[in-house]
Amino acid sequence: MDHSNTAASEVTFHHAPGGDETIKKIIKTTIVLSVITLIELALGFGIYFMHKSPDYSHGLVLFIKGVIVILSLLKAFYIVGVFMHLGDEIRNLIMTIVVPLLLFVWFIAAFLIDGNSWKVLRNTEGHSKPQTEQKQVVPDAKKPGGVE
Amino acid sequence: MATAQAQMDTKWWSGGKSPFNVEYGKLMMWYFLMSDAFTFGAFLISYGTIRFSQNYWPDPNVVFNAFPFAGHANLPLAFVSLMTFILIVSSVTMVLAVHAGHHMDKKGVIKWMAWTIVGGIAFLACQAWEWTHLITGDHIVLMDGKIQEIGTTVSKNPWGPEIPGLLHDGHAVHKPGPVAFGGYFFGITGFHGFHVLSGVVINIIMLLMTINGAFDRRGHYLMIEKAGLYWHFVDLVWVFVFLCFYLI
Repeated sequence: MDHSNTAASEVTFHHAPGGDETIKKIIKTTIVLSVITLIELALGFGIYFMHKSPDYSHGLVLFIKGVIVILSLLKAFYIVGVFMHLGDEIRNLIMTIVVPLLLFVWFIAAFLIDGNSWKVLRNTEGHSKPQTEQKQVVPDAKKPGGVE
Repeated sequence: MATAQAQMDTKWWSGGKSPFNVEYGKLMMWYFLMSDAFTFGAFLISYGTIRFSQNYWPDPNVVFNAFPFAGHANLPLAFVSLMTFILIVSSVTMVLAVHAGHHMDKKGVIKWMAWTIVGGIAFLACQAWEWTHLITGDHIVLMDGKIQEIGTTVSKNPWGPEIPGLLHDGHAVHKPGPVAFGGYFFGITGFHGFHVLSGVVINIIMLLMTINGAFDRRGHYLMIEKAGLYWHFVDLVWVFVFLCFYLI
């Protein structure tokens, strides 16, 4: 099937989609997205029950949250690559979209570090006090019959 | 044949064809979405900065634990999972509409666009319920020296740490939480909800144009593709809103 040239003469739609193949790819991606979401939810419940348990490990929770972030990035990759067909565009176009987004790496790192530094400064009154006050309050850790 | 071959070999930038091999409107939609990604990114990073600067932040599993018609049952993450799946499914129906458009299948486009619109409206309804529940759901808080019942708004946050040993009518009493919580939650989910709303409006317009045969007369369904890009972007943003507000 030739789909070329109906929109504008300078465009040659080389990624004319096939029939069943595309449908198969869509179904596969749907399953992948659903499964990733279910895993994320399971991990979210994991965090919930860890908050409730007395031997709460802050490091482990942070690790699980990191895993959830990576899974979300994977979902984003599938949505953009398959559903939005960016993977089918030519390389130059992909690069003009993806490369500017790399700014986010610095953007996120700089601001989160800034937020954290703000907390430390406030807790220590500008480093003039030792950091003993700074405790991450664990909600409902040792209090049965809490919020319900 | 030889000239055709020569044309194929020339550089993308030598003129006479689109260097990115896409139509103008679609390219501009991509760049709009990229700038929109930075807007959402800035909002979410700002939220992260404030959250990192606080010693205490409400646990999302405690805040978002309600489900319509479930009374006071403690169901963390359940409702937001439903919203996430609604949006994923409506994204899938949108891909199918775009796919039908590639094959000039008018009936298919109409069917899948209609389902996509239904999904979008269902998502908005869920969000309306969740906002109402948060704003009107009162919680017992010790504020300004007296016990008050407050909901979650942009200026009030009842989700602070529990005050040990203090009970009011048999319920635990909490301190007020960081005020920024409500502002960021309503601000960012509201901005996303507004995107969903405008996406639904765009999709309805596309559906009407399809029914009227506008794309058949044009000879292509590229408008459906562009609306589809926007709709998938809304789903994409939700992935990160879901991540930042509900999961971590």
